[in-house]
Amino acid sequence: MNEARAAAAGVSRKIRIATCSLAGCFGCHTSLLDIDERLIDLLGMVEFDRTPFTDIKHCGPCDIGIVEGGVSNAENARVLGEFRKNCKVLVAIGPCAITGNVPALRNDISLWDCFQEIYLYEAGAEGRQIPNDPELPLPFDKVYPVGEVVKVDYFLNGCPPSPDVIWKFLVDLIQGREPELDRESLRYD
Amino acid sequence: MSEVHDSGDIGQSLAYICEKHDREPRRLLQILIDVQESCGFVSSEAITVIAQSLGLPRVQVEGAAGFYSFLPLAPAGRYRVLFSDDVTDRMLGSQELMRHFCNRLWLEPGKVSEDQAASADFTSCTGMCDQGPAGLVNGWPVTRLNRERIDLIADLILDRVPVSHWPPMLFQVDDNIRRTGMLLGEAFEPGSAIRALRARGPGGPEAMMAELKTSRLRGRGGAGYSTADKWAHCRESPGTARYIVCNADEGEPGTFKDRVLLNSYADLVFEGMTVGARLMGCAKGFLYLRGEYRYLREKLERILARRRGEGLLGTGIAGEAGFDFDIEIHLGAGAYICGEESALIESLEGRRGRPRNRPPFPAAHGYLDQPTVVNNVETLAFVSMIALDGGKHFAGTGTGESSGSKILSISGDCARPGIYEYPFGTPVQEILDDCGAEEAYAVQVGGPSGVLVSWKEFGRRISFEDLPTAGAFTIFGRGRDILQAVQNYVHFFAHESCGFCTPCRVGTQLQKKIVEKIAGGHGTASDLEELKHLGHLMRTMSHCGLGHTAPNAVLDMLEKFPGAYEQKLGSLSFEPAFDLDAALETARRITGRDDPWAHLPRQP
Amino acid sequence: MGASAAAAIAGTITIDGKTVPFAEGQTIMDAALAAGVYIPHLCHNPEFKPHGSCKLCVVSVNGRNMTACTMPASANMVVANDVPELNEDRKALVQMLFVEGNHICPACEASGNCQLQAAGYHLGMQDPHFTHFYPPRRVDASHPDIFLDLNRCILCELCVRASRDIDGKNVFGISGRGMGAHLIVNSESGRLGDTNMAVTDKAAQVCPTGAILIKRKGYTIPIGQRTFDRQTLSQFQLERGKRTGSGHE
Repeated sequence: MNEARAAAAGVSRKIRIATCSLAGCFGCHTSLLDIDERLIDLLGMVEFDRTPFTDIKHCGPCDIGIVEGGVSNAENARVLGEFRKNCKVLVAIGPCAITGNVPALRNDISLWDCFQEIYLYEAGAEGRQIPNDPELPLPFDKVYPVGEVVKVDYFLNGCPPSPDVIWKFLVDLIQGREPELDRESLRYD
Repeated sequence: MSEVHDSGDIGQSLAYICEKHDREPRRLLQILIDVQESCGFVSSEAITVIAQSLGLPRVQVEGAAGFYSFLPLAPAGRYRVLFSDDVTDRMLGSQELMRHFCNRLWLEPGKVSEDQAASADFTSCTGMCDQGPAGLVNGWPVTRLNRERIDLIADLILDRVPVSHWPPMLFQVDDNIRRTGMLLGEAFEPGSAIRALRARGPGGPEAMMAELKTSRLRGRGGAGYSTADKWAHCRESPGTARYIVCNADEGEPGTFKDRVLLNSYADLVFEGMTVGARLMGCAKGFLYLRGEYRYLREKLERILARRRGEGLLGTGIAGEAGFDFDIEIHLGAGAYICGEESALIESLEGRRGRPRNRPPFPAAHGYLDQPTVVNNVETLAFVSMIALDGGKHFAGTGTGESSGSKILSISGDCARPGIYEYPFGTPVQEILDDCGAEEAYAVQVGGPSGVLVSWKEFGRRISFEDLPTAGAFTIFGRGRDILQAVQNYVHFFAHESCGFCTPCRVGTQLQKKIVEKIAGGHGTASDLEELKHLGHLMRTMSHCGLGHTAPNAVLDMLEKFPGAYEQKLGSLSFEPAFDLDAALETARRITGRDDPWAHLPRQP
Repeated sequence: MGASAAAAIAGTITIDGKTVPFAEGQTIMDAALAAGVYIPHLCHNPEFKPHGSCKLCVVSVNGRNMTACTMPASANMVVANDVPELNEDRKALVQMLFVEGNHICPACEASGNCQLQAAGYHLGMQDPHFTHFYPPRRVDASHPDIFLDLNRCILCELCVRASRDIDGKNVFGISGRGMGAHLIVNSESGRLGDTNMAVTDKAAQVCPTGAILIKRKGYTIPIGQRTFDRQTLSQFQLERGKRTGSGHE
């Protein structure tokens, strides 16, 4: 961890960051973009690997991985596994990644009921069937938080975390400081 | 034996039951037990009727009913078969027998059959560990279960034979007393202890209190509080009435000595209560009998009736004017926590068995807020002995901190399981030798809440200063999987936590999850740390002894039996909390998919 | 009684080195609140009889852990309260409460006014730490004015106490055991709408989380002005303590 931060702090090269949104709403990514003109400063310090902003399909070796959203299906788990393997520091951002949040509202509804409702009973669904295409990610029985699937190094709260919180956190991490997650700005909503 | 009625006027029978108990709110649990016995479950309608009849809020009746394991709120079948889930029952193959039974009757564990005929489930230790695997059929104990007996039971159920017509050998319960000492070895003449007290003249009670002090008798329920001090506290506490309660809620898995004391030494116990009543001025006593021992009730009632006839209970006991005292039997209904004295009092008052905040202590504010002592069955039996033979005689046996002898319930891997009475201070090894445990590897002393003793510690002694115990002595032979035993124990605590305080309610469940993860081969070093963390939280933050002791077996295993879990740990520093691939199974079934993308490795 | 200056001082205790007087019958919590010393708590509310279930208020008294809201103060108690070890344990208890239920803050109209959430802020809870249970819990919208969502119930029994002791109605109770313990209502149907609960009942006002909500009142206070946007849990609970004294009976 300290080593990772030290590596992240290495000035000889830009810090490489990957981000992804699993079962989330991209709100955390939007909040990241909302750091506004500080984006220019950020881009001066980092380069992006796989993110929704780039067109890189797979995460390569990175200093920091930022994961938004919970783990709802097999595809989410694969992406998450790839992030964990490749990122020295893994950050769960936003309550979906941290607790499952709104997507986890489906957790007390059986998967069978979910499928039936969506593919069989919903208006206009007559005559359709439950899809079985291998290209479709297969859902888990529940939506799980990221921390129950892989080890997470930092949790960044807020739905979404405010741009200021994200900015401060990233700058700390990039500059090799232990990010200070102060209680004043701690919010779960 | 009572039978579950199929029909009949439920309303009338409810009214009769409530009337029988004088529509007394304090008797709510007894009423609910009677309703369960007569209807097979406690229906929502019954709850409403009882609440109205007793003048209680409906939530209070429903809350009490929902607390106790033996009061199902939904139909549980005409034959409710519960398999005892003590670790020794498992060691004797109870799980396989349960599967076999379910297969025979097309049952799914925990569910009632479609024709409402039968249900099967597990229940916490029924106290028959020396003659297991055991179980309960409509509340009646069945012992020494094996495939033949299970087939017989299945046939009897298929033939709809009423339980009262089943072969008596199924229900035979033996004492298995293997070693006697100062208590079990002496013949006792009912009334002799009371007469001895009387013979001391007007200063008798004071002198008897002094004898108790001299005896240094400590509570046999495990905690070991001085009986003389507890009784003095009760005597000195102001109140309009005082109560003495015999705690026969012997729920600690692996403990069954109170069953034997009540079966064969009940006079000693009742007489100890009566002596206590004389010393403290109690007009009323209760025997709180665990639901699993309900089968002893009629026998105990007959003994009480006999004692009344002999002038040993009732008014003017043993001819002493003003010495009025009687004992009432109160049944439990499957809740380990009710062995905790303040929870027991709550239950006596007809409520959920939730431990009270302390202070105040029961000795000052107990049953109906009056001074109350709650003593273990064995403690009270010893009181009779001390009344007869004096405190000095008693204190002559045992160790400095632990006078007298201790009755152990020995079970597990040994040739001669059963009841053994030993002077306090006896080393574990000596006990193992006596009961024929030649290949012993570990002993759980005092049940899941006690101490897990490894073979390296067999020189340790049964005593309050070294190995305190309420009596359980469960032996694990070489080759036994300690992790499996611990898994059984954490399951027990999660099931029996009353749910009142956060650390115990949630902690016992989290502990269970992690032990299962390790047993499943997916634990990591961080899971071990988490178990220690949870152990710390439960020990230091819980409301009562259940939570304080719930992590004991886990922590003992971590410290003393690394071999039990180390090989099961993965080499990775982290493993998912759940089985990723298994979590896809439902979706695979629904979609009919089995392609490579429909599967995941354990580690993503 | 109460924490008024008129109450005779029976003795003093120290909490984290500060001398705190107490009156006869006061608990450690009563004495602390009266003296403006904050001990975190969730199930305690000085308007009601102490309960002692959440265990957030556990303090170390002469080296032994005790529940501050139920333990009577007695002379010369040396209490450790605001110390890192206890605060870590309290945080773990809050984490337990979070994973035990279904606390989805962003989708809860009590967010910002929720004491469980504020306890998480107060104790610096960054993550749930433990694995979630995601238990299936009941939601009951049968009452015309009150919404009951057991996903958020932390079993503090404040509603039970309020309904029983203040409203005299016994609308709420607890059934089940262990993690199966759950809030029940006083009707055979199990529906709140079939009880005699009224929106004006005290029991409707006391839920520290969003388990009991009054309908048509949600989201009326804008973000930024909600209770715990404006103050911390310690400020809120100390002020409430001052307002109500320790007048529980």
